[in-house]
Amino acid sequence: MSTDTAPLPVGRYAYDQVDRTFLSQRVAQFREQVNRRVKGDLSEDEFKPLRLMNGLYLQLHAYMLRVAVPYGMMGSDQMRMLAHIARTYDRDYGHFTTRQNMQFNWIRLEDTPDILQHLADVDMHAIQTSGNCIRNVTCDEFAGAAADELLDPRIHAEILRQWSTLHPEFSFLPRKFKIAISGSPHDRVAARFHDIGLVARPGAQGRPVFDVFVGGGLGRTPIIGVQLRDNLPEEDLVAYLEAIVRVYNAYGRRDNMYKARIKILVQALGVEAFREKVDAEFALMDRADYRLDPAIVDGIRARFGIPELVAPADAAQKLAADRKADPAFDRWVRTNTHPHRNDGFISAVISIKPDGGIPGDVTADQMDLIAELADGWSFGEIRVTHMQNVVLGHVRKDRLRELWGKLVAAGLGTPNIGLVGDIIACPGLDYCSLANARSIPIAQKLSARFADPELQERIGRLHINISGCINACGHHHAGHIGILGVDKRGEEFFQLTLGGSAANDVAIGQIIGPALPEDETVDAIARLIDTYLVLRQGDEQFIDTYRRLGAASFKDAVYAPA
Amino acid sequence: MPLLENGHIKDDTWVTVTEDAPLPATGAVIVPFARLEEGLARGADAPLGVTIGPDVDVSLLRPALPRLGLVAVTFTTFRDGRAFTQARALREHLSFTGEIRATGKPLPDQYEFMLRCGVTTVQTERAEDISVWQQAHEIISVAYQPSVLHERRQGLGLRRFLS
Repeated sequence: MSTDTAPLPVGRYAYDQVDRTFLSQRVAQFREQVNRRVKGDLSEDEFKPLRLMNGLYLQLHAYMLRVAVPYGMMGSDQMRMLAHIARTYDRDYGHFTTRQNMQFNWIRLEDTPDILQHLADVDMHAIQTSGNCIRNVTCDEFAGAAADELLDPRIHAEILRQWSTLHPEFSFLPRKFKIAISGSPHDRVAARFHDIGLVARPGAQGRPVFDVFVGGGLGRTPIIGVQLRDNLPEEDLVAYLEAIVRVYNAYGRRDNMYKARIKILVQALGVEAFREKVDAEFALMDRADYRLDPAIVDGIRARFGIPELVAPADAAQKLAADRKADPAFDRWVRTNTHPHRNDGFISAVISIKPDGGIPGDVTADQMDLIAELADGWSFGEIRVTHMQNVVLGHVRKDRLRELWGKLVAAGLGTPNIGLVGDIIACPGLDYCSLANARSIPIAQKLSARFADPELQERIGRLHINISGCINACGHHHAGHIGILGVDKRGEEFFQLTLGGSAANDVAIGQIIGPALPEDETVDAIARLIDTYLVLRQGDEQFIDTYRRLGAASFKDAVYAPA
Repeated sequence: MPLLENGHIKDDTWVTVTEDAPLPATGAVIVPFARLEEGLARGADAPLGVTIGPDVDVSLLRPALPRLGLVAVTFTTFRDGRAFTQARALREHLSFTGEIRATGKPLPDQYEFMLRCGVTTVQTERAEDISVWQQAHEIISVAYQPSVLHERRQGLGLRRFLS
């Protein structure tokens, strides 16, 4: 545990005694709530929202605890604590989620207060990882490192984390509420698939401004968010978000949980009428009270550790030579790294999608190793991505090959980021009480089928997303190829959607035809991909071939095997 | 449960009048929103309060507010958070300084949220010991966002201490 005089943790907000006091009070509060539940003073119905706001779900076989990783950033000490929790209270593993959190699937209710205390010991918690409240704010996994970044969004992500924590007015919203923030012109946060998506950039006076998107989301009713406001000044960020969420809290539907998200309200009122309500609320607010003073922002920024990026002058040359010497390393660099703003550094993506594995699952030993590698190579800083992988943000180029060697030795060197093996899948019927079908076995079969790294690279960028039911936790609508599990008279079927995207070219995938039986799904996708390889022009990506030719060209491949 | 103010029991000086009961000519009464005009028709010096459901737009109270000593907001279920927004709008947009009473079925675990949104008293149908409410009021001492209580800021960030 760090103290107030310790060096600041790189890439995230450093807690001090006041923040720690808050967390320990929160743990004590939950311990008491569990006691009241056990004594019968709270019914399960009453206890449910309280446990959900501490990340505790009841799943098919056990409780699941979802631990918050604010904007995906954590330190090696925190990762080691997660490993300890996995060993002590779970079955030796954990699971990275698409909201950049970590969840444990085999938790006992009575252990939860102790687990929360362990988390609090390393400045972590499970606050608002569930429930009808503002959830973990997500952020670009290359924040503060990416060469294309205009502004580091983590400072404002932290501000929004703090602002939304136990918000007195917004803890019992009609439904859950998700915010994402990006500071790059290349959307890596799916800003337009969020209740609120924020895209930040430097403004005229040297302070950030924000484009505000609202009413996007996947789930049962996929909708692309609309731009509500452009160039929102930083000082109005909290006030404007208060206004949006207040309008939602007052007018969002509460009679039907499937129509309760803000996207339904925005659609029902129409964007203009919704904007008028938000503007009216915003105009009434005492802006001095809600003003996000630059001093507040700078005060929070000052709690973030900054990496000292010092690399030898020949670091880039050394990397070039290493790549030339080793084709396997070269391939991994092509697929699993991202350009850094400093020429001596690079961001490395650790794939948590081994061939034939379960997307996002990580063992306690792997967590410890990731912590060790973060300490050795990236200032102790670890990032969880919304693709369920892990990023070491600041790796010296001349030391990258050594890092890769250690990853490969531990089974963490799969070169498949952004490729067909980098599948997003929800927990599905193996864990979840909502699911209609098992997502994980389909992911494993696809991943094994396309394990050949050469083939994967030839296929190129291709996002496959699998959801086990229409709640769409695997974001199938946003996948280039989306797979949705459906139940047909007690049997698992899978419906394919094509053409979705969560990036700048945001789109909702379209259903190609009738759902397929489980045992035909993987073959159908293989034929679909073969067809693409025949039809594509040059090194055209799957999504572009699909957009050029439309669904008809692929339908025969899916439904009429040769 | 008895009437609660700042974690302590308080004598209730108000009489709540139901939908169809006769309206007393004098004394402090709380009328349902549907009977607000009737309540206002009593003498200007007869203390008047109103109970509103979660779907009432509080700006409709604006003309009556100078005459109102109390507005009761309703948690039809603890899951319905609209009363928080109503209370806050009463304080922030309508500058209401009278009593805001939370009624219905809120949880003690929501007590601090209510206070920070401008609720002053709680009258619930729940049965648990008053100490649970007192504890809910005292257990958390730090908050991270502005509230109608204008708590003391702590340091340079968003934090403030709840007293």
